[in-house]
Amino acid sequence: MAKRSVSILTRLLTNPSSPFTAPTRSITYMPRPGDGAPRTVTLIPGDGIGPLVTGAVEQVFEAMHAPVHFERYEVRGHMRKVPEEVMESVKRNKVCLKGGLATPVGGGVSSLNMQLRKELDIFASLVNCINVPGLVTRHENVDIVVIRENTEGEYAGLEHEVVPGVVESLKVITKYCSERIARYAFEYAYLNNRKKVTAVHKANIMKLADGLFLESCREVAKAYPGITYNEIIVDNCCMQLVAKPEQFDVMVTPNLYGNLIANTAAGIAGGTGVMPGGNVGAEHAIFEQGASAGNVGNDKIVEQKKANPMALLLSSAMMLKHLQFPTFADRLEIAVKQVIQEGKWRTKDLGGDCTTQEVVDAVIKALD
Amino acid sequence: MSPRSLTLLKNLARNSNASSSCIQTRSVTYMPRPGDGSPRAVTLIPGDGIGPLVTNAVEQVMEAMHAPIYFEKYDVHGEMSRVPAEVMESIRKNKVCLKGGLKTPVGGGVSSLNVQLRKELDLFASLVNCFNLPGLPTKHENVDIVVIRENTEGEYAGLEHEVVPGVVESLKRLEISFVIESFDFDVTRSLENTTRFVPGVLESVELRRCAHSVVESLKVITKFCSERIAKYAFEYAYLNNRKKVTAVHKANIMKLADGLFLESCREVAKKYPGITYNEIIVDNCCMQLVAKPEQFDVMVTPNLYGNLVANTAAGIAGGTGVMPGGNVGADHAVFEQGASAGNVGKDKIVRENKANPVALLLSSAMMLRHLQFPSFADRLETAVKRVISEGNCRTKDLGGQSTTQQVVDAVIANLE
Repeated sequence: MAKRSVSILTRLLTNPSSPFTAPTRSITYMPRPGDGAPRTVTLIPGDGIGPLVTGAVEQVFEAMHAPVHFERYEVRGHMRKVPEEVMESVKRNKVCLKGGLATPVGGGVSSLNMQLRKELDIFASLVNCINVPGLVTRHENVDIVVIRENTEGEYAGLEHEVVPGVVESLKVITKYCSERIARYAFEYAYLNNRKKVTAVHKANIMKLADGLFLESCREVAKAYPGITYNEIIVDNCCMQLVAKPEQFDVMVTPNLYGNLIANTAAGIAGGTGVMPGGNVGAEHAIFEQGASAGNVGNDKIVEQKKANPMALLLSSAMMLKHLQFPTFADRLEIAVKQVIQEGKWRTKDLGGDCTTQEVVDAVIKALD
Repeated sequence: MSPRSLTLLKNLARNSNASSSCIQTRSVTYMPRPGDGSPRAVTLIPGDGIGPLVTNAVEQVMEAMHAPIYFEKYDVHGEMSRVPAEVMESIRKNKVCLKGGLKTPVGGGVSSLNVQLRKELDLFASLVNCFNLPGLPTKHENVDIVVIRENTEGEYAGLEHEVVPGVVESLKRLEISFVIESFDFDVTRSLENTTRFVPGVLESVELRRCAHSVVESLKVITKFCSERIAKYAFEYAYLNNRKKVTAVHKANIMKLADGLFLESCREVAKKYPGITYNEIIVDNCCMQLVAKPEQFDVMVTPNLYGNLVANTAAGIAGGTGVMPGGNVGADHAVFEQGASAGNVGKDKIVRENKANPVALLLSSAMMLRHLQFPSFADRLETAVKRVISEGNCRTKDLGGQSTTQQVVDAVIANLE
């Protein structure tokens, strides 16, 4: 080719249009008068890496002058129940941001995470597992939203010793809860322009329980003819997830399968350190790191302060969008994605060696 | 250059442009509350002239998108003496309305139904977003201006009277701009005894018989309204990451009236230290708009200046056929074509069905965003912008020859 075309080609190929460096203004958001008034959000730092990552969110919000102010409450995983004042605060503010609460294995102490979800009837947990540009993983084109029933199923907490040495653990499936989670999943898909909802089950074995779940999903699917609905058995699902994840879009699952699927999907898309998520009920919403694995972290990470704040930062962007502050949500998300894409400031789980504070400073600098 | 590399280069260039402007990457997802997907009722007023054509375009596109909106249609025409009660009730119930233009007759004593709607529902802020659209070249680049205009008072108070019927004031014309503190003040009643209303001012009037009568038109500026429009403008700028608010005025001449407006703006500006505030006289503003429009960001103006500035800004950025806008109050919102010029159109455009539906389509995208349906708003906006940037389907005001229906079909084909 002629010499001139070579230089033009090099110029074109070395300036890929990065979608995050020059955001074009979209149609403007015309607020109601008074929409800019600051909202109060309950903040629960939690255990382990919790205080580190929630501190990160507080710093970034301050830098953005976001119209949110936090009411902080100390809650620890070994407490017997969530303190009254915290519950009142969440009921009053309607929205809460929290770090992980460590649930001791065995011992009869019930999970405080579960307690929060049951008392506030926060029945849907949503995790968005999506490839982040600049973060190379073994799987491409992953964009899965796992919607998991949050209040019943295997987590009913109803266990008893029938006869010494024999224990029964009750998995409870109700039509009411299955219907509302299915309805939420389809409504979410409709409002976010998603094309397919997949129900995950093991109804070949648990014919009645998971069968009831499936029936409810099928009924709701009839009301949304524009959305494709299919079902998949959970073992096949796990295999398909790691083989061909691009076939999945929105997945609706009962409690336990959802936990496992969400963590698997988060793992293939880049790790639980970067996936955003939230829990929502009819009146309240709680935002935390999307998938639950590693949300408390191990002692070493806490000591070295090398926890990944990205997941909680993106979850707080989801929170801003939920609170109807779309511009702030966009700014935060663009800054975080820019930092990930540039690749200089990454914590250990993403292959780098930075501390949490360095990542936070990079995000604040990238804010526009 | 060899012919093959030329085509290769063209393809590369086209692809890089297309990917940067049209395709939106999925952003952090919007997690709705359960029940947020239930359909909302919106009052629809087709209006006069091109109104029915463009509102029908919106209805078709909303249907194709399966948007969670259903319209309650009401016929209102500009020559009616007032907006029918059932229409007002419908808007009060639904809180949101989409309308085409209502024709306001010149003179004749019939008050504008557009203004009536705004006053009765107290829609005190009118917002027009004038920005360059990719693919639509204009003589001005980098235009991105939001004009926030006070909608209920100022020169549009509708308070005009003939001072003395048939008999005139002096040839020295008086323009009275005065300031009232309370909103309950009945200005019309107080003017029945005009001769002594403003002591010290009217005493210099001489009454003389003359062939023409004199009419006074009152421009009313109140602290209450100026403060709330300033508060809305700064709140809008804060929530939309805008850096500058400019107040447009003519306080060198109307020292008290526009002076009060400016004082209110300055007070509100103190509460937003992160946003730059400046003021500009309206004549200079008009000149700067056409010379260097990139210096403006958000502009807050009283009623009349806002009308003129909004239409000028719309004109430099591509025409009133493409700019979105809306009117909002504490409880209600009415969306229509952004800038008011040409919103009823001419008979020829109506006959040939060649009205530009883009402005109302983008305004309905604003409406979807206002109603908290961000995905639908994004889809609609992406489709419309893609159609404009491709350039195949344009109506006459954008230099093409298409009909409204052809543009609508192109938008529906581009919905993803």
